Amino acid sequence: MDSIALSRQMLDGDKMIVNMGPSHPTTHGTLRIILELQGETITKATPEMGYLHRGVEKLGENLSYQQFIPLTDRLNYCSSIMNNVGYTTAVEKLLDIQIPKRAQQIRVLVSELARIADHLVCVGVNAVDIGAFTAFLYLFRQRETIYDLFEMAAGQRLHTSFTRIGGLFRDIPEGFVPLCERFLVECEESLDEMENLLSHNPIWHDRTKGIGAISAEDAVNWGYTGPCLRAAGVPQDLRKAQPYLGYETYDFDIPIGTTGDVFDRYLVRTEEMRQSLRIIRQVLDRLEPGPVMIDDPKVALPPKEKVYTRMESLIHHFKLIMHGMDMPVGEVYSATEAANGELGFYIVSDGGKNPYRIRVRPPCLPIFSSFEDQVKGGLIADAVAVLGAMNVIAGELDR
Amino acid sequence: MVIEHIDAQIPGAILDRHDFRGDQTIVVAKETLLALVDLLHGEGFQFLVDITAVDWPERPNIQGGGAAGRFDVVYHWLNLASQERLRVKVPVADGATVPTLTGRFKTADWFEREVFDLFGIRFEGHPNMKRLLTWDDFPGHALRKDFPLDGGDVFCMEGCTAPYNNGERGGE
Repeated sequence: MDSIALSRQMLDGDKMIVNMGPSHPTTHGTLRIILELQGETITKATPEMGYLHRGVEKLGENLSYQQFIPLTDRLNYCSSIMNNVGYTTAVEKLLDIQIPKRAQQIRVLVSELARIADHLVCVGVNAVDIGAFTAFLYLFRQRETIYDLFEMAAGQRLHTSFTRIGGLFRDIPEGFVPLCERFLVECEESLDEMENLLSHNPIWHDRTKGIGAISAEDAVNWGYTGPCLRAAGVPQDLRKAQPYLGYETYDFDIPIGTTGDVFDRYLVRTEEMRQSLRIIRQVLDRLEPGPVMIDDPKVALPPKEKVYTRMESLIHHFKLIMHGMDMPVGEVYSATEAANGELGFYIVSDGGKNPYRIRVRPPCLPIFSSFEDQVKGGLIADAVAVLGAMNVIAGELDR
Repeated sequence: MVIEHIDAQIPGAILDRHDFRGDQTIVVAKETLLALVDLLHGEGFQFLVDITAVDWPERPNIQGGGAAGRFDVVYHWLNLASQERLRVKVPVADGATVPTLTGRFKTADWFEREVFDLFGIRFEGHPNMKRLLTWDDFPGHALRKDFPLDGGDVFCMEGCTAPYNNGERGGE
């Protein structure tokens, strides 16, 4: 209890205790950090989390495999489609099925759009937190377009639930590709504008360079993944290292930093957005017509008109809804490269309709656990910069 | 490949192993865990991806020998050089402890706290064995199979003796 209760002993003396959060503008979600200050210098930082804990893993044990998909939207809500993709990929690994090519391509397409949206928020909001408001405005215009695209594809802007086990719940509509083409051009311009505002801005340099620096060994030891790990100089990206969804066929680069500080994380994220645009360009060029759902009545729900007209389809529909899929007994761990890093799903199946155990490995939990190490000895203003660059998303952190 | 090395270096350590959908899994006893971790670290498995647990209430709750004990503590390692993954499972009885890995992996700190919070498995030698997600007075451990889905009466804060927790308080 000593971290929460401010005892008289703690209040006495020169130390000042400041609560950052649970609802502080720069935490961007509900998390709390108890800072102990000596003047402006941080001597101790105790992160507290769990304010957004909803027991997703417990709920997952009581829902069927398909029913868990909407819960994955609420993990990293800045890029919910990537969580859908990560989860369904894990279940498909458990079932050992291959989804159709078009479904793979569309999954890559929306994942990269989501990655851009996530990085835009992270970079934009990080800049706002440390006083550079303008970049945020240029960036959010593009994020709006991405959410328009998601709305066209999934019918929802934030909680997309776009994927299904075995594919997607529907194909992308007419008008999606032209808007996406326009987005590719406009987003490139917005990124140029953002870089003009930030990359050579002396104030931005002063506020970010050397702040939150971490060595490659430490980053690995802390369990960093994603842009924060790559900023520290480790070229680990699951899209290259352990390709899934046909990522090995796309031409893109993995940007890495050297010092791992806030500035390097910003540079890595910026370059990743440009690389994602490259991947989207390639997907649009090769997008081929075809089904977006696996042709297996034991996995995929039959089309509604068939359910009403054919006996066979009606039976499959009934069996899938009432008894669920035939799951093999076993356990799998499947990881995808989400915007924040390695998003892992560990599923234990006992052959039943529901998973016996479902574990979400959130990428930002290990990163956030190093917070005290990152800010100790720094100024209180640096804590804000570090927190923004870690891109801690409470929904994913607390589950 | 690494599994053969483990078998050669620490004979008898691997109680069980299986390979499902390309995921290598080994089961080891908690007594050999620290020696195994040192070996794995030397073999290049320097990335501890995840620590979690699985509750098997039907299993005999005794410590030692094969897959016995109520819980499995599950570790996932990644070798950054070869991109090989390894899952290590440690069976542990209810009330028994597991040695902490915080000495070797800083990332183990919060993952172990989370396992303690949600399953009630204590990690011996952990510097700060407190709940991570729920509050200190939370009755019970939420991811145990006998914990009710609706949470039970979680708002009984003081002097709570929840039936599914044998009256034991959560925090120390």
